[in-house]
Amino acid sequence: MSVARAHEGALGHGPRGAKVRGTLFYILLLVSVSVGFILLFTLVIDVVQKGVGYLDPIFFTEPTSTDPDKAGAGPAIRGTIYLMVLLLVMAVPIGVGTALYLEEYANRGRWYNRLLEVNIQNLAAVPSIVYGILGLAFLVRGIGLGRVLLAGALILTLLVLPTVIVASREAIRAVPDSIRQGAYALGATQWQVVRRQVLPAAIPGIATGSILALARAIGETAPLLLVGALTYVAVNPTLLGSFTALPVQIYQWIARPQDEFRLLAAAGIIVLLAILLTMNAFAIWLRNRYQRRW
Amino acid sequence: MSEMESAPAAPAKIPGMDEKLLEARGQDAAPPREVLFDVDDLTVDYSGVPALKDVSLEIYKNYVTAFIGPSGCGKSTFIRCFNRMNDLIPTASVNGTILYHGIDLYGPEVDSVEVRKRIGMVFQKPNPFPKSIYDNVAFGPRVLGWKKELDERVERALRHAALWDEVKNRLKASAYSLSGGQQQRLCIARCLAVEPDVLLMDEPASALDPISTTAIEDLMHDLKREYTIVIVTHNMQQAARVADMTAFFSVEVDEEQDRRTGILVEYDDTPTIFTNPSDKRTEDYVTGRFG
Repeated sequence: MSVARAHEGALGHGPRGAKVRGTLFYILLLVSVSVGFILLFTLVIDVVQKGVGYLDPIFFTEPTSTDPDKAGAGPAIRGTIYLMVLLLVMAVPIGVGTALYLEEYANRGRWYNRLLEVNIQNLAAVPSIVYGILGLAFLVRGIGLGRVLLAGALILTLLVLPTVIVASREAIRAVPDSIRQGAYALGATQWQVVRRQVLPAAIPGIATGSILALARAIGETAPLLLVGALTYVAVNPTLLGSFTALPVQIYQWIARPQDEFRLLAAAGIIVLLAILLTMNAFAIWLRNRYQRRW
Repeated sequence: MSEMESAPAAPAKIPGMDEKLLEARGQDAAPPREVLFDVDDLTVDYSGVPALKDVSLEIYKNYVTAFIGPSGCGKSTFIRCFNRMNDLIPTASVNGTILYHGIDLYGPEVDSVEVRKRIGMVFQKPNPFPKSIYDNVAFGPRVLGWKKELDERVERALRHAALWDEVKNRLKASAYSLSGGQQQRLCIARCLAVEPDVLLMDEPASALDPISTTAIEDLMHDLKREYTIVIVTHNMQQAARVADMTAFFSVEVDEEQDRRTGILVEYDDTPTIFTNPSDKRTEDYVTGRFG
């Protein structure tokens, strides 16, 4: 009887210590989660409260001004959108091309391919300010491009390229080898295998990774400041003209002594956050829409 | 069984397989022997370590030829030599000759892509493309630039693979919505759509349930009228049921260098391999004493 009861007891409650430790660990996890969540939530609430009053048509169309009530972020918003488009056009094809080469064509046995791989991994960890310095020395002064939108776009391209390459490689590697073999066995050439099987299967992953990389890039301020994003630009940005971007504008407003400009900065942050959220949401939608099972 | 133990010299039998089965299978088979592949002294190395060594045999047109043997005996490596799939493994090197219609498949002017158009392959695990059923079958013809009458070609291939009736109303559905056995027949249809000469099948039924396995085996019986079929199988009963010729591979262990190399032990018509093998190792294997 006593044996049976001991068994019942064992089923009912485990060792007390282990249970307490389990609960403590769970609480610890909850605390970790809430730190990030509460901070972000407070930040967003604070920014929205301050900035929402300045989100009027003037804000989206007018350039900045010494009078906070007339100041807007029109050129900065357009500059950021232009940068995004340029980035998309430059960084994604180069990044996907590099990833395809490394995954599908490169012979790992060759030293230069291994060197390339190590290099790309390290480049992803280089601080963005270093890219800014490179842009200033090489693009702006070296080849005399000047402080123009194209220089900013080029330097952001360099900045996101490693991330795009790494994300694309992951997506390409996730395509099972059995699919490549099946295609080869039907008499497809390497180009046909890549073009008709690997790339279509990898595109959702590539797109998701690229969008997240772009979202990260458009929040960058430091490299743009170095390649000469101005804070006062009255005209619409052109490829070879002076430019500004939202993060730069926000940075400049915050540095002003008057409180009204901080509220303007908050409005700028709302717009930037909205753009970022939209991009991330699009990435998630893409991922769910095209999710594949092998 | 007891008879076999008391008199080892008597013809060996596989449990569950009687001579009737072999005879029935043998009657509709055996067209005149016309050599399609002539393999001579073939050795395959991975990074310089031989995986398969000194294989010589002939494969006949419109025959079903089975490769059997224990794991690691190189039978899958061997079958991949026939459509040059080993080319895709950078460390693999193939030495020796495989003549196909008298042309060396590994000759300098032979393009591996051309080889694979004529010699199709079905893999162990069904590997449909992440596309619709239709697009899976149409992939091969599209790659080859056969754009005319694509619908008819797809239907013909699916009928040939005995899958048409099951999928004709949902050709646009994902290939992954099919069952495992259907997926494997889809992969066979995909091969047939490019009208190859030869079908290589690397353990095509090992991942399937018994009913699907029967369906694939029946299919092989039908297909051999038009195609030459080479099949690797783990399942001896399967080899006995479907194959006209059977090659038994084994492993040669080199204790000193700790290497295991596949070798061809015996190659003969299937009834002989299963009832009257000339090599002791074959007899031990087919009677289930080893492997």
